Amino acid sequence: MSTVQIDKSIDARGMACPGPLMNLIGAIRQGHVGDVIEVLSSDEGSKTDIPAWVTKAKQEMVEVVPEDGYARFVIRKVR
Amino acid sequence: MAAEVVILGGGVGGTLTANLIAKQTNGQAHVTVVDATGKHVYQPGFLYVALGKQQPAALSHAETSLLRSSVDLVAEPAVKIDPAARTVQLASGRSLPYDQLVLATGSRTVMDEVPGAEGAYDFYTMAGASRLWDALQQFTGGKILVGVAGIPYKCPPAPVEFVFMLDDYLRARGIREQSEIKLLSPLNRAFTIETTSKLVQPILAERGIELCTFFNVETVDPATKTVNSLEGESLDYDLLVLVPPHRGQKVIEDSGLGDERGWVPVDKHTLKHTKFDHIWALGDTTDIPISKSGSVAHFEAPIVADEVTASAKGLPAPARVYEGKVMCFLETGRGKATTIQFDYDHPAKSPKPSRIWHWSKALFNKTYWHTVPQGRLPE
Repeated sequence: MSTVQIDKSIDARGMACPGPLMNLIGAIRQGHVGDVIEVLSSDEGSKTDIPAWVTKAKQEMVEVVPEDGYARFVIRKVR
Repeated sequence: MAAEVVILGGGVGGTLTANLIAKQTNGQAHVTVVDATGKHVYQPGFLYVALGKQQPAALSHAETSLLRSSVDLVAEPAVKIDPAARTVQLASGRSLPYDQLVLATGSRTVMDEVPGAEGAYDFYTMAGASRLWDALQQFTGGKILVGVAGIPYKCPPAPVEFVFMLDDYLRARGIREQSEIKLLSPLNRAFTIETTSKLVQPILAERGIELCTFFNVETVDPATKTVNSLEGESLDYDLLVLVPPHRGQKVIEDSGLGDERGWVPVDKHTLKHTKFDHIWALGDTTDIPISKSGSVAHFEAPIVADEVTASAKGLPAPARVYEGKVMCFLETGRGKATTIQFDYDHPAKSPKPSRIWHWSKALFNKTYWHTVPQGRLPE
C-alpha cells in the first residue's frame, strides 16, 4: 500500500472508457499544484489512455498499482 | 387524493416524462411542469443555425402545445428545492408542494469559466449559434479552430459534425483553399466513442481537417489570438469556436442536490437520487457516465415515468430499468451521416456514412415536435 497522501480520490470502477480519463482531466483542472489525485479504473483502455495523457500534460505519474479487478493510478499535479 | 408530481424542466426529458406519467396514472397523480420560459427549444437544431441551414424561430414551440391537457405548466424559474419539506420554491416566492419530484433541468453553459474566451463563438446556445452564423458569413479565409473547453459537454459528436459541415460550407463559398480547419479534441481521438472515432478520423484527414488530440482548452488570449491548452500547448486562430464548459443548473447547486459541478447523483439503472427516494433525475441533469444528449433523456423518460407512477400509486418499484441506451446521428458532410448506438453493455457500432442516415436525421429533426415529446416513437 502506498504512503502517498491522496488529496482527491475518483472511483471510476465500472465506468467505460473514456470516463475515468475525463474525470481525471476534470480533477486536474479544478485542483491546485501539488495535489495528488487517485483514479480507480477497471477499464482496460485506462491503462494506455491515462499514462498517455499524463505524459502529454506534463503531470507526474506517481504510481500505477494493479489491484484485484482494477488499477489504481496516482497522479500529482505539478503545473 | 391524487399524488402531486412536480417536474422541473420542460425540455425533451421533462416533457416526455410528464406526458407518460399523466397517461399512466390516469387521474391518480396531478402533474405540474415548472419551466423558466414556458418555451420548448429543440437544441440539436443549433448546429444547423450556426451554418445557416435552420431558422432559429422554427426551433422553439410553446411548451403547452406539447403537454397533455391534464398537465399543468408553471412558466417561471424554480429557485430552491427543500427535499425535507418536499417543496419547490419559485422565483415569485410561491411554494409548490410535491410528493414525487423529477429533475429534468438539464445543463447550462458557462463560457466565463474560461479566461479570455468571452469573444469566442459557440453553437451551444441559440444566441451563440446565430452569432457564429453572422461571423461565418463575414469570414473570407484563415484559421478556424474548433475546441472543447470542458468535459462533459452536450452531444459529444457535435464538434465533429460541425467541422464536416463547415468544410462543406467553405467549399461551397470557394474559400476552402484559403482556410485551415483544426479540431481540438480533449481526448486522444476525435471524440468520446472509440469505434466511431476510428470511422470518422480517416474522413477528417481526407477532407484536410487537422485533428489535434489531447488539447483541453484552458485559456484564450484574444489580443494575440491564441488558445492555450491544459497540456501546455498554444495555437493561433483567426476564428475560434469553443464548446463551452457545462455545469448543472443553479437551482440544483443552490439546493445542495448535486455534486461540485451541479450534476445530480442517481442510480444509473433506476435514475433515482442516491440520497432521496422521492426524487428522480434524467437527461443532462444527472452525473451518470453517459452522453449528455436528448437521446439519453428520450430513452430514460419511460423508466422515470414507470418509477414515479409506481410511487404515486403506492406500488412496488417496476422491474424495468435504464440499460444505458443511446442512439444518435453524426453528420459526416457531403450529404451523408452515420449513426451511433450503444448501451452500458454493448460498445457503439456505426455504419458506413450514407445519404440514408443524413435524410433520416433531417426527417427526425423535422417530425420531432409530433413524435418524441408525446411518446409516439418506440422506446
